[in-house]
Amino acid sequence: MASHSESIIREPLITGKNITYGQITDDILRPVENMPGKAWWIGFSVASLGALLWVVSISYTFWFGIGSWGLNKTVGWAWDITGFVWWVGIGHAGTLISAVLLLFRQNWRNSINRSAEAMTIFAVICAATYIGAHMGRPWMALYSLPLPNQYGSLWVNFNSPLIWDVFAISTYFSVSLVFWYTGLLPDMASIRDRATGLRRRIYSVASFGWTGSVKTWQRFETVSLILAGLSTPLVLSVHTIVSMDFATSLEPGWHTTIFPPYFVAGAIFSGFAMVQTLLLVTRKVLGLENYITMFHIESMNKIILVTGSVVGVAYITEFFIAYYSGGEYEQYTFLNRFIGPYWWAACMMYGCNVLMTQMMWSKKVRTNIPISWVLSIIVNIGMWFERFVIIVTSLHRDYLPSSWAMFYPTWVDVGVFVGSIGIFFTMFLLFIRVMPSVAIAEVKLLLKSASEQAKKKQIAEGHLEPAHVEFYKDNLIKFDSIDHSEYEKA
Amino acid sequence: MSSTKYILGIFDDPDELMHGIDKLQKNSIPIYDVYTPMPIHGIDAKLGIKDSRLGYAAFMFGCMGGTTIFTLVYYFLAHDWPMNIGGKNFFPIPDFIPVTFEWTVLFASYGMAFTFFFATHLFPGRAPRVMDLRATNDKFVIAIDAKGDVPHEDINTILKEAGAVEVKHNDRKYVSYE
Repeated sequence: MASHSESIIREPLITGKNITYGQITDDILRPVENMPGKAWWIGFSVASLGALLWVVSISYTFWFGIGSWGLNKTVGWAWDITGFVWWVGIGHAGTLISAVLLLFRQNWRNSINRSAEAMTIFAVICAATYIGAHMGRPWMALYSLPLPNQYGSLWVNFNSPLIWDVFAISTYFSVSLVFWYTGLLPDMASIRDRATGLRRRIYSVASFGWTGSVKTWQRFETVSLILAGLSTPLVLSVHTIVSMDFATSLEPGWHTTIFPPYFVAGAIFSGFAMVQTLLLVTRKVLGLENYITMFHIESMNKIILVTGSVVGVAYITEFFIAYYSGGEYEQYTFLNRFIGPYWWAACMMYGCNVLMTQMMWSKKVRTNIPISWVLSIIVNIGMWFERFVIIVTSLHRDYLPSSWAMFYPTWVDVGVFVGSIGIFFTMFLLFIRVMPSVAIAEVKLLLKSASEQAKKKQIAEGHLEPAHVEFYKDNLIKFDSIDHSEYEKA
Repeated sequence: MSSTKYILGIFDDPDELMHGIDKLQKNSIPIYDVYTPMPIHGIDAKLGIKDSRLGYAAFMFGCMGGTTIFTLVYYFLAHDWPMNIGGKNFFPIPDFIPVTFEWTVLFASYGMAFTFFFATHLFPGRAPRVMDLRATNDKFVIAIDAKGDVPHEDINTILKEAGAVEVKHNDRKYVSYE
């Protein structure tokens, strides 16, 4: 029930004084119902320029073929698949937050799930563009589907991880989309009922005629829970299958059974880093400090620390197994990461992903917004280099020294990559303009149980263990959105 | 005969709303529906709404998805064009676990979501049947069919006593058609 109060020792999930249900709607819908500010326009202009670069580079690729990329006979996969795996990894946090954290009843997910899910969808779109592009003739993408054809029919090979990947990515995208949109319905209805004219008509269509009656809400919650249950193994399966694209090959450096858990941990790691990159800015620009609090930021940093450490352990294991296997090609591949010409890429990978994230053991770092933001970007850079090292460094020197080669990106490679970041941010910025960036209904659920004002009332009523109250107040010190003077008096 | 179609008790607080439902039910006033900006647990039990059976739908759709893709793969690789890959088995079942799993999840999710949309009459373009526009914002609304035997004045009093901040008599069933 709504009045159920939560234990005092838990940090508040909504801060601020005199927050009402109405104010939550107002605060969250402000960017949707008003003209955007200068920060949004600057961001949008830069992002659209990036998107334009993508259009130019990808058109150039389609016109002249993938010969315009820096690929050669030895390094047949480079920035394209690096970018693909990078984006798919980033696309893991959204569904993880909405599904896994829902099953674990982590209420702090309520205010970050919406934008994280949107981010997932945009990241998977970016990933999918690489798959289309790297085929050279993008219409050939049709042949990855098991469709009847004039060759027999010659069906696609279901023994191949590449085909599993087609199924995994498309299912992941579809299920994330339905999960995201079902959750959006009540909030779209909130916009509809406050709007007039054409806006109302548009949001009326978009909200599917949602009214918020008892039965719809009850069914809605069932659907969310079951979708969460279905998405949890799905999230884990997607990057597992992506990793099998590499793990099942005979290429030294790719021929390793540790890839599935290693890739999944890395995906969650980079996904949360991207959520952090986006939300730290979004909360400031949209004024959502009361809903996305320091507790949320710190929790995400803890997840980044844990998954970063898992990735670190996976790296160490990989090196040990290369040594222990006794296979000289395998050993050379791992040695080559440090003594070969791509030593700097490996340094970026291990330095950014393992060494830098270890800083997050310190609470001061976890609760410092500028440092967290910089670290989240460092993680994203590190994770890009991880994929680059796995793909390019492994490929460029394999069994035959006569075919060893280097990979040099052309401007088209760079343009497609930088452009895809532009596409991603363009979509994200449009999203926060036209859709509620925080799940309004879900945040309202927390107001009476987990908000700062509810806890203040609880303290005022007494009946609480003084030690618990002290503990609670000590925890509030890190919050930047709380008026601390009130607590010192108490 | 008054032209009132629905009497709305509008509450500011979900707990008072629950209180209002109890009071109305004690006085045997049938409740048409309740509209809230967020899911309030416990109303469904009070109004006698049965548990959702969407889980069964999801299960059946999932079984369908898994069976479909597995059958297709069998047809493709074992029946229509068996491929000799290094003399290995034509139908290595472990290789098909990923795609079978993916389609199980895909069918279960979409089947369940569309069953939900169908059963609760949600689809793009449906005219929203809203009785009070604030019910998706900050108000909790109990709707009572005005055709009942209980005098409207009594309903007003009960709602007010339970803590309703406003009682509305709607002449039209839905305001959102305007």
